Order: sequence, then C-alpha cells, then structure tokens
Amino acid sequence: MIQVEGLRKSFGDKAVLNGLDLEINRGESMVVIGGSGSGKSVLLKHIIRVLRPDAGRVLIDGQDIDELDEHGLHDLRRRMGMLFQGAALFDSMCVWENVGFSLRQHTSLKSSEIRDIASEKLRMVGLSGIEDVMPADLSGGMRKRVGLARAIATEPECILYDEPTTGLDPIMADVINDLILSLREKLRVTSVTITHDMTSALKIADRIAMLYEGKIIEVGTPDEIRNTSSPVVSQFVAGRAEGPIRVEGGYT
Amino acid sequence: MGVDATTPAILRPVERFGAVLMRPLGLAGGLILMFWSTLRLTFSPPYNVRNFLRQMVEVGVNSLPVVLITAAFTGAVLALQSYIGFKRFGAEGLVGSVVALSMTRELGPVLTGLIVSGRAGAAMAAELGTMRVTEQIDALETLATNPIQYLVVPRFLSGLLMLPALTVFSDAVGILGGYFVSTRILGANPTLYLRRTWDFLNITDIYHGLYKAFFFGGAIALISCYHGYHSEGGAAGVGRATTRAVVMSSMAVLISDYFLSSWLFQ
Repeated sequence: MIQVEGLRKSFGDKAVLNGLDLEINRGESMVVIGGSGSGKSVLLKHIIRVLRPDAGRVLIDGQDIDELDEHGLHDLRRRMGMLFQGAALFDSMCVWENVGFSLRQHTSLKSSEIRDIASEKLRMVGLSGIEDVMPADLSGGMRKRVGLARAIATEPECILYDEPTTGLDPIMADVINDLILSLREKLRVTSVTITHDMTSALKIADRIAMLYEGKIIEVGTPDEIRNTSSPVVSQFVAGRAEGPIRVEGGYT
Repeated sequence: MGVDATTPAILRPVERFGAVLMRPLGLAGGLILMFWSTLRLTFSPPYNVRNFLRQMVEVGVNSLPVVLITAAFTGAVLALQSYIGFKRFGAEGLVGSVVALSMTRELGPVLTGLIVSGRAGAAMAAELGTMRVTEQIDALETLATNPIQYLVVPRFLSGLLMLPALTVFSDAVGILGGYFVSTRILGANPTLYLRRTWDFLNITDIYHGLYKAFFFGGAIALISCYHGYHSEGGAAGVGRATTRAVVMSSMAVLISDYFLSSWLFQ
C-alpha cells in the first residue's frame, strides 16, 4: 500500500534521511525502530506529506503523493489518521470538538450528531464521560487516547503512530499497545508506528524495520529482529550503550 | 546561514554579504507567499465563520478599552500642548482644528495600530507559535484542513475590518478629550471650539485615516501570523517569534504610515 523509494531529506547541512526504502503492505502493522534523532518522525511526516522530500518518492496505492493537487491531497489525508507524540490536541477546544474536528470541517453533520460520533470513537479507545473536558485537564495517557479517537474519527484506512507509548507508565503503555492491536482488528487498518520502545514494537508489529543513519538497514518479523545477526540492530534491541551505534545529538 | 569554511578567503566578504541579504529577502518572500495564499483561501470554502467571529472579538472588542483610554489622553495632551504653543502667537482659536486633524489623519490610526500590534499581534504570534511547536498545525494538516485557511484567514480579515472600526472610536474619543481639556480647563468657548473643529475637518481626512487603518490591520495580522506560523524551538522560540511579531508590525505601522500619508496627500 505504501512504498517509500530513495527518500532523502536534509535540514540545513544535516542529512536526516539518506535514500530510505521501505514497503508497507495493506493491513499490516509496520513498526520502524531507531534511536532518538534518527529521523523516524521525519519519515512518518513524509508519508502524510506534512514534509516533502528533497529526493525520492512516497507512493500510496501507486500514486506519488508529491504530485497530488489540493483535492488529491485532501482525499489522501481523509484516508489516513495520525497520532502525534504529544497528542497535539487543539487546546482551544474541548474533547468532543477535538475528536469531531474533521467531521465539522468536512461534513454538514449537526453538532449533536458530531458529538454522538465523537462519543462512540471515545468509547472505542476506552474513554467515556469526558466529552466536555478541556485537553489541558487530561493526563498524558488520556490525551493520547483522545488523539487516537480523533485520528480514527473519519474511519481511515491507515493510521500513523508517532511514539505512541513514549512518556507513559508501563501499564498505560500496554493499554495503548492493546488499543493499537484492537483497532487493527476492528477497523482492518494498515498501521505504521515509529518507536524506540522495544517492548511495544515486539508486541504490535507484524514486521519491524530498523532506521539507522538515514536508511532502513534491516526489515523482518519480530522473531527475526530479535535473533538478528546485525550488530547495530542487536545493540538497539538489547539496549546496550556499547556497540557500533554512536550516541550523538540530531533531529527527531 | 553560516560562512562555509571551504570558501577562498577573498570571497568571504561576498558570502557574508549574501548571508546577511538572505534573511530580509526570505522574510519578504515568505510574507508575500502567505499573503497570496491568504487571499486565495479567503474566497474558497469551507468558511470558518466561528473562528472569524472569535477573532473579531479578540482584535476589536477586547482592544477597545485600551484604544479609548489612549485616544482620550492623546486628544487631551494634544489640546494642552498646542494651546501652550499657539498662545505665543495668539492662535489659540486653532486648537480645535489641530486636534481634529491630527487625530483623524494621523494619531487615531497610528496609535490604534500600535496598540493592536502589541495586544492582538502578540496574541496571534504566541498562539500560532504554540500550535506550531506542539504540532497542532501539523495535526490540522493531517485532518485535511489547510492551516492557513483555518488560522490565518480569520485573523487577517478581522485585522482588516476591526482596525478601521477601532480607529473611528479613537478619532471620536480623541476629539472629545481635546474638547474637554480646552473648554473645561483652558477656558475655550465650547461653541467656538466645536465650530473650529468642524470647519477645518473634511470627510476626506477621516477617510484617509481609515484607509491607513485598513492597511495597518492587514499588515499587523499577516506579520504576526507569519512569525507565529514559522516559529521553532519550543517555548523560547515562541517568545522570540512574539517579540519579532510585535517589533516588526509596529515598525511596519510607523514606516508605512509615512508612505501612505505622502501618497494620500496627492
């Protein structure tokens, strides 16, 4: 469904993505792992064209998304949902208005109907009775779940998760993992997750891809990744400070 | 935009000059592009009426108290100072005309512009800046909503409309302030003072002031939104964007004021 071919992106003098290739099949759960600053978020933002490549292409159902006109882009984005790392809820609106945002923008549904749909989506992520709360009054885990409800409000075919478990306690992180799995079951969506949380990656992935130095250096099932022969990948999976991966600052 | 270490020494000054030149040019280009997409998106659906009304309240209604107080005292001090000056050559009778002309042609629009840059302009830059650094602007895009259309268009339009409206109030209250000081404190004859005010005031003076206000309103909103929209680097970045927005939109008001005045005089 999604093909990334030779993707390159630099910010200033720093090359973040350096000819990245990745193919994601319809209905699968692909998890991209990599260190902080390895360009995982940059990759995700290219898939929904919030960022545009310096070179290379992103194809969705065979269509180069960089060539889409305004209408095409609009349709593409309605078919995709994204959960941001900090949830990126609109803090001027209450929870149900956040969840119903794209319905209000793109349909002629009445407020009461949008509210009902928003409540239903909130129930799908295990929340109820918080429709009128403002985002600033929610805990981190709740914000993420509201963000997820907002991402699935238009029933997308593909959901992108930017570090879904980062900053959460281990139990809440597992709640989010279960949600990602159950949404995949219920909605039959393709999901692309970027994370550095190996527990989460191994639990939710059909396949895992490792991003290192601007390229995908290995793709495989969770078992293959766990038993990898690559020193870089095994260092990351085991979480060792010693190894071929140099620790340095960079872009996320 | 630093200086490349591999550049031959002889070319370094040229490179520095280019680097210095890039910033204002980039800013001008960015502003023009944002202005163009704002105009284009103003006339295409969906129309965000709710956001527009909210911004009208924010820019217009909420700025009104400060605008009124500033205008009243400016009119008052103007009457006081011109009285002191004019008395030296026996022209006290012209105070009313001076206050009316200065307020409508110049001080009404300019002071209102400066107040709106400081209040509403700063708020626009800070709000958009926060939305940028917390990825809310990216989130708008992923929800198939054009952030320029959703955020910038309502702010731009309310600046355009509310600044002239505020200026009308500012003109009226400034003239009243001058009237009050002249008649109650400086002992001018109220009837004579009012006649002096109206005799020398043309409707075109008021229009000229309002044209300026219209331009200022658009410029302030566009500059403030631009800086907020392109802010980066967390809370400190939002702070920098806000400062830049206020400084640059105040400068834009004062500088364009001269050129608009010289153009409107013809």
